[in-house]
Amino acid sequence: MTVEGMVFKIKKYALHDGPGIRTTVFFKGCPLRCWWCHNPEGQRFEPEPMALTIGGNDDAPAPEMVGRRWTVPVLAAEIEKDRLFYDESGGGVTFSGGEPLAQPEFLDALLEECRRREIHTAVDTSGYAPPEIVRSVLGKADLMLYDLKLMDDARHRQYTGVGNRQILENLEMLDGLGTKIVIRLPLVPGINDDQSQIRRMAEFVGGLENVQRIDLLPFHPVADGKYRRLKMANRMAGVKSPTRGDIEKLGASFAAAGLAVRYGG
Amino acid sequence: MTPRIQRLRQRSLDAKPKISVERALLLTDFYQGTAARNASVPVQRALAFKHILENKAIWIGEDELIVGERGPAPKETPTYPEICLHSLQDLEILDSRPKIPYAVDDETRRIYAEKIIPFWQGRTIRERIFAHMTDEWIAAYEAGIFTEFQEQRSPGHTAGGDKIFRLGFADLRLQIAEEIHELDFFNDPDALGRLEQLRAMDIAAEALINWAARHAERLEAMAAGETDARRREELERMAGICRRVPARAPETFHEALQAYWFVHVGVITELNPWDAFNPGRLDQHLFPFYRREIEAGTLTEERAKELLSAFWIKFNNHPAPPKTGVTGQESNTYTDFALINLGGVDRNGGDAVNDLTYLILDVIEEMRLLQPSSMVQVSKKNPDRFIHRALRIVRTGFGQPSVFNTDAIVQELVGQGKDIGDAREGGASGCVEAGAFGREAYILTGYFNLAKLVELALNDGRDPRTGRQLGPATGPAEDFTDFDLFFDAWRRQLAHFIDIKIRGNNVIEQINARHMPVPFLSLLIDDCIAKGRDYNAGGARYNTSYIQGVGLGSTTDALVAVKHHVFDRGTVTMAELKRALEADFAGFEDLRRRLLDDTPKYGNDDEAADAVLREVFEAYHAAVNGRPNARGGVHRVNLLPTTCHVYFGSVIGALPDGRKAGQPLSEGISPVQGADRNGPTAVVRSAAKIDHLRTGGTLLNQKFLPQVLADETGIRKLGQLVRGYFRMDGHHIQFNVVDADTLREAQRHPENYRDLIVRVAGYSDYFVDLTPELQHEIIRRTAHGEF
Repeated sequence: MTVEGMVFKIKKYALHDGPGIRTTVFFKGCPLRCWWCHNPEGQRFEPEPMALTIGGNDDAPAPEMVGRRWTVPVLAAEIEKDRLFYDESGGGVTFSGGEPLAQPEFLDALLEECRRREIHTAVDTSGYAPPEIVRSVLGKADLMLYDLKLMDDARHRQYTGVGNRQILENLEMLDGLGTKIVIRLPLVPGINDDQSQIRRMAEFVGGLENVQRIDLLPFHPVADGKYRRLKMANRMAGVKSPTRGDIEKLGASFAAAGLAVRYGG
Repeated sequence: MTPRIQRLRQRSLDAKPKISVERALLLTDFYQGTAARNASVPVQRALAFKHILENKAIWIGEDELIVGERGPAPKETPTYPEICLHSLQDLEILDSRPKIPYAVDDETRRIYAEKIIPFWQGRTIRERIFAHMTDEWIAAYEAGIFTEFQEQRSPGHTAGGDKIFRLGFADLRLQIAEEIHELDFFNDPDALGRLEQLRAMDIAAEALINWAARHAERLEAMAAGETDARRREELERMAGICRRVPARAPETFHEALQAYWFVHVGVITELNPWDAFNPGRLDQHLFPFYRREIEAGTLTEERAKELLSAFWIKFNNHPAPPKTGVTGQESNTYTDFALINLGGVDRNGGDAVNDLTYLILDVIEEMRLLQPSSMVQVSKKNPDRFIHRALRIVRTGFGQPSVFNTDAIVQELVGQGKDIGDAREGGASGCVEAGAFGREAYILTGYFNLAKLVELALNDGRDPRTGRQLGPATGPAEDFTDFDLFFDAWRRQLAHFIDIKIRGNNVIEQINARHMPVPFLSLLIDDCIAKGRDYNAGGARYNTSYIQGVGLGSTTDALVAVKHHVFDRGTVTMAELKRALEADFAGFEDLRRRLLDDTPKYGNDDEAADAVLREVFEAYHAAVNGRPNARGGVHRVNLLPTTCHVYFGSVIGALPDGRKAGQPLSEGISPVQGADRNGPTAVVRSAAKIDHLRTGGTLLNQKFLPQVLADETGIRKLGQLVRGYFRMDGHHIQFNVVDADTLREAQRHPENYRDLIVRVAGYSDYFVDLTPELQHEIIRRTAHGEF
């Protein structure tokens, strides 16, 4: 049987999801419910309607359906279209989401297919998955973009819906396997931007062998429109972006732990 | 920028375009006089040119380093009544129209009424052209099927080669004398014709030398009265330069710039060629002078930059000659399309980027002037530093420089049968037109409305706007049983109107060859002197005529919509679709929504649409390419619109792609506004599916916000996007960095801006997807020039 997967968006000329010019494939469905989620249409595993406009008055056009099933060959052909730009820029494909590890067979088949086609792969993941899946799938990716959110397990549970023990263990395991890793840290005001969290995280990440860099991604209220179009509650409504000064201060802790830091993806 | 350049630049920006009657008056005096009564047409034209240069006012502005103005003062713009005579009503429109006005004073109106109009009425090229056009040509022209460049402007469309920088006009006169000496009256039945052409060229060459000498005299007089010792010394030096060039070949950097500038003003004084004129490969021409003087210590980088800046400002002092009517609509701008080329390859194919290339890019960034236009030629052999430098200027958001693919241009020209060395020394002029600089007359003859033909194919050749049978009866659309039959109807409309256009072109070329020779321009373009033949009569080494296709994206999307909905899916009948189009979709909103949103569109790397794109392109190419012109060359295609997509859209009703009546067409080879939703790689992949190498130029416009290019990574990745497009043989791409006004427009009409990507914070998103609050924030940021 052909492996199929649910995808909600394919973004070409993605510039912030790994090296070079990339195509980012957003898997639909995620076991986490992060308060600050930028892609709320990627949370549910099934297709869902999303209004085209925010207003929602009577003459508004019918909402579009977000989410579509793709087979591996059809998706691989779509990824292949921009190969020239990957070659030109040292880019490739990034599997993001949602949570790509939540559709492990699909991800595994895609990674195999891209390897055969000599296309560079990156996986952008929360790391929340059984370790055997992480081990088998992620050993095939050229680069891991691994999200860390909070070091405190209880607070992680509060703000994402799941604990972080599995996530941290998986990261240590991957590091041991020698996978190239970039840590991505969303900086969310009032949730994970206090010094003690950051210090603990810097300590943990600083102890890993294969982390190439940490990207600090400042929270931005950009997704508010999407929440409204999906008729979902936005728990971050009204929260503003951290200032450049705030971010740089936090970044200094990581730099002090000997880590390369980048602001923005 | 030095204080002097700041002053010169500000004065150029402050000057308002104004009609000058000086040239029209001198020309009329000349033709009313007896001096030329028995002379041949070319000699008459040369003597008229001489008369104008001998008698026109000399303008030398305060602080100037490069001298020579077409009018009596900066931005004072002459008219060319021998080509197109403005009526008093035209003058009133020029004076009062809100966009691109030219002030007209009472004295000009009076002289026009009393002298210019009575003399030229009935003698203009424009009247001759219209008198010789067939009824069906006139009908098609009036219906907006095509436009005609030569009805208000003379043929031009060329750029200078290195000859201007290698030879003086005294050298050219010697060459002319030699050619006259070798005329073969025993065997050449056209020897007398050649003699007259060569004599005319000689008169024109002498006229320019004398005009430079008039500047030298004035400069000497100014120096004598100058109290500031430094300026006095400078004026004396400038006088010396005007004594030497353009009579002799330039020897210094300053002389090279001044020599070119006299030539430039000569071309645009002789007539009003479309496009103005253009030094072509400026960094190549100037580099030998620059290097020699830098090494000798007689020139510093700062001084070179100051001279270049002064040179730039001279271009900006010269708005395009005024256009009115349809011609005003197809190209409504002060820009006269002098396009400076930088980079590329040399005659032997080597990387041509040099130190001066970068210095000129600095000047472009600092000057930020409407004119001249500028472009970079990017070859696979050029370094990334070059393209990055250019893109950092693009980021500042004034639409320059545009980016061209040298390797494609060379192949296009070689494919047309040109020598590879000539091709490598060529480039793009005007908007995007490929040419062998200094050796080719590549005449743009008019825009061609590809999308209007969809409307005719849907209506059995009848124009629904007027009810008139305009094209051949290709059958009622309701009777077509498959898409191929419908496409064939479109193709037959195309063949019919291309025939009409080409017949007209060939008549017009003969009119210009007989009645409007250009002996001065002929001096500059090889091999007019060697052949003893005028530029307008096939004197150039290469002679090409172009018809510029407009609305490739709209045409494709309209045809695809019919294919997809009527024939492939059967979701609507042809009859119902036609009713919807006639109603401009009133009462058919749901159908329109499906046509817009549930239809393959060109620009998304979607083969379902792009396959039709290729068919449209191939049909257009087959209809035009290789058809003989009247100058010994052939017709070819290019795809560019200037502002004609707006005019052409205004004469078309609703189209099957969901476009409403009167809306602009897509421009160049860009997708329909808002139809591309998969980002820029998908756009350039789609655009590269036509064979650019068989065109003489294509224009692709991409919108970007400055924020997307905020950091060096953004610049690098945009460079890689360009390199990728060029690896696929794309001809040209330009980046319209969007301003705040456009964003406000996008808020009001999101349906037209679905392709607009903005950088939000660490990542990019579609502008129309953002909340109003965030949109406002980005508009504020953009308005304040923040990245």
